[in-house]
Amino acid sequence: MPKGISSQKQLDEFLEGYHILDQDYELIDIPTRLEQEAAVPGTTFMHDVWVRFKSNKGALIGGVIILVFILLSFLCPMFSHYTFDAVNTAEQSMAPRIPGLEWLGWFNGQGGIRAYEGAYANTFHYFGTDVLGRDLWVRCWEGCRISLFVAGTAVLVNVFIGILYGMISGYFGGVVDSIMQRFQEIVNSIPTLVILTLLLLIMKPGLYTIIVALILTEWIGMARVTRAQVLKIKEEEFILASRTLGASGFFIIFKKVLPNIFGQIIIMAMFSIPNAIFYEAFLAMVGLGIPAPQASLGSLINDGFKTILVTPFQVFIPVVILGILMLSFNLLADGLRDAFDPKMKEM
Amino acid sequence: MDKSTIRYIVRRLLISIVTLLVIVFVLFMMLKLMPGTPFNDEKLTEAQKAQIYAAYGLDKPVFTQFLTYVANMLKGDFGISYAIKRNMPVSALVTPRIGISFGLGIGACIIGTILGLVLGIVAALNRNHFWDTFATILSVIGVSIPSFVFCLLLLLLFGVKIPVLPVLYNAARPVQSAIIPMIAMSLGVVANVARFTRSEMIEVLGSEYIQLAQAKGISRRRLIWVHAIRNCLIPVITVLGPIIVGLMTGSMVIEKICAIPGLGSLLVKAIEVRDYNVILAISFLYSALYIVVMLVIDVLYGIIDPRIRLGKGDA
Repeated sequence: MPKGISSQKQLDEFLEGYHILDQDYELIDIPTRLEQEAAVPGTTFMHDVWVRFKSNKGALIGGVIILVFILLSFLCPMFSHYTFDAVNTAEQSMAPRIPGLEWLGWFNGQGGIRAYEGAYANTFHYFGTDVLGRDLWVRCWEGCRISLFVAGTAVLVNVFIGILYGMISGYFGGVVDSIMQRFQEIVNSIPTLVILTLLLLIMKPGLYTIIVALILTEWIGMARVTRAQVLKIKEEEFILASRTLGASGFFIIFKKVLPNIFGQIIIMAMFSIPNAIFYEAFLAMVGLGIPAPQASLGSLINDGFKTILVTPFQVFIPVVILGILMLSFNLLADGLRDAFDPKMKEM
Repeated sequence: MDKSTIRYIVRRLLISIVTLLVIVFVLFMMLKLMPGTPFNDEKLTEAQKAQIYAAYGLDKPVFTQFLTYVANMLKGDFGISYAIKRNMPVSALVTPRIGISFGLGIGACIIGTILGLVLGIVAALNRNHFWDTFATILSVIGVSIPSFVFCLLLLLLFGVKIPVLPVLYNAARPVQSAIIPMIAMSLGVVANVARFTRSEMIEVLGSEYIQLAQAKGISRRRLIWVHAIRNCLIPVITVLGPIIVGLMTGSMVIEKICAIPGLGSLLVKAIEVRDYNVILAISFLYSALYIVVMLVIDVLYGIIDPRIRLGKGDA
């Protein structure tokens, strides 16, 4: 502001007579065109995903825990000198005891039905034993493996069914879509609980019954996501181009649409694994668990629960493993979702 | 209400009724397909058997039998229990348990929703501060870990280690007995509602009408209470559907764990001893409840936010 202006009136007068001249502005030395550095490396989509995934601490921790659990569940039953089904009545309900951890006050072998005395003074059951004297360390990891197997198989089959159903329904549209949607809507409005109980009436408890139960109840979510994605992708121009060039419906679905919705499907699959683990445990609690002597996390919890007042460790340990496993899968799935589709964050 | 709203409601109603009929039909066919008949006494002659079948209406075509079955169901007659309490009408077995189960479920739902809303709103208002981190951690844990795990841990802590609450349901102390299961059931609800409310509230706070209200110089309190919270409450209705379904499944195991004499534990027991009529009656009850809840939420939301309806109508 020029000197000598102290009132609004003076300012108005000054502005009245003021005209912008060329020399009021000057060019400073900035290059008029931005030159792009030639050496910027191109990144692929998967690389971006990996970079975003790596920056998410929770997801990384979840992934590592899952890997460790998978390794333990394969290695422990293999390298332990106990087996998951060896009954020994002299070692009934012994408390957890881990060498070197006695000072913790937890894994010191105190509080079980049978004590670590006499011939057993030098035995170590890391997670204790169950009512029949079976080693829980081996049974827990064996159970963990079976739970993971059940969940993994169910989710794989679900992904397959869901993709097929969703793609057909979404891509062809029209009457096909209407009929498939109504069917899905009706199946979806039968509560999971009822489908499962009906299944109990027909099938015998066992590994494959549980997998069938999980497939029957969980495929809908996958089909829904696939269909929504297909509907979105279908309108894109590259599909139109492909069709103009004379590509068949089959080719477009599997070569053009499928690769574009793969991220969404992986995310959905990762989210349904903890769900499947939960339903397995739920079924075990309801009485459709894996029959003894096989073990799953659910059946271990169910067995341990019967003696919760006397030997709480028998239920506490599998419960904690189940909890950590589900938490890790959820963290991993969250991380993958943010990595594949940052826009979807916090939805 | 305009024409399309009514059309939408009618469509949803029709689908619900069809679904319920499908469920009843499947349940009925299960009864039919079960091997054996109640009258396989070897002393009975063919003529006597035919007489008994006629007396119970079993000689009629399957479809007529189905209609009778539905009519009986509507009258509240679900047959008799075979194994749990011999010859006791299922309705008499089930009725007293409905109150206990629903009381727990509704209690957990209300407590969980209120706490979840408060936590979610507080977290959104203090983004990236203590309460936000707390709410995020709590909701990840609550969403991931099933309610029966919480229930078992709470039982171990407050029932076994520090025995202040009863481990098993005690009819003489219903309030104390309900504390652990209710907390366990509501944790999942808190987590889900808090997570959803938080993201909803953050979105609302970033929207243009909030900026406008701020630009007009409205007080912060009025801004939050009148403009932001009201608008973030509506979408929360949508998460209530899945939450109620989750509560239904979760309550079954929790009722078994805490020995609560409710519907869920009866169903578990009926499955264990294969008491078909009881299983079918409770399955029907659960399905009906589920369908009604879904219908109410969908219709309510369709009225509040017509965009949802359009999206679904196109589907």
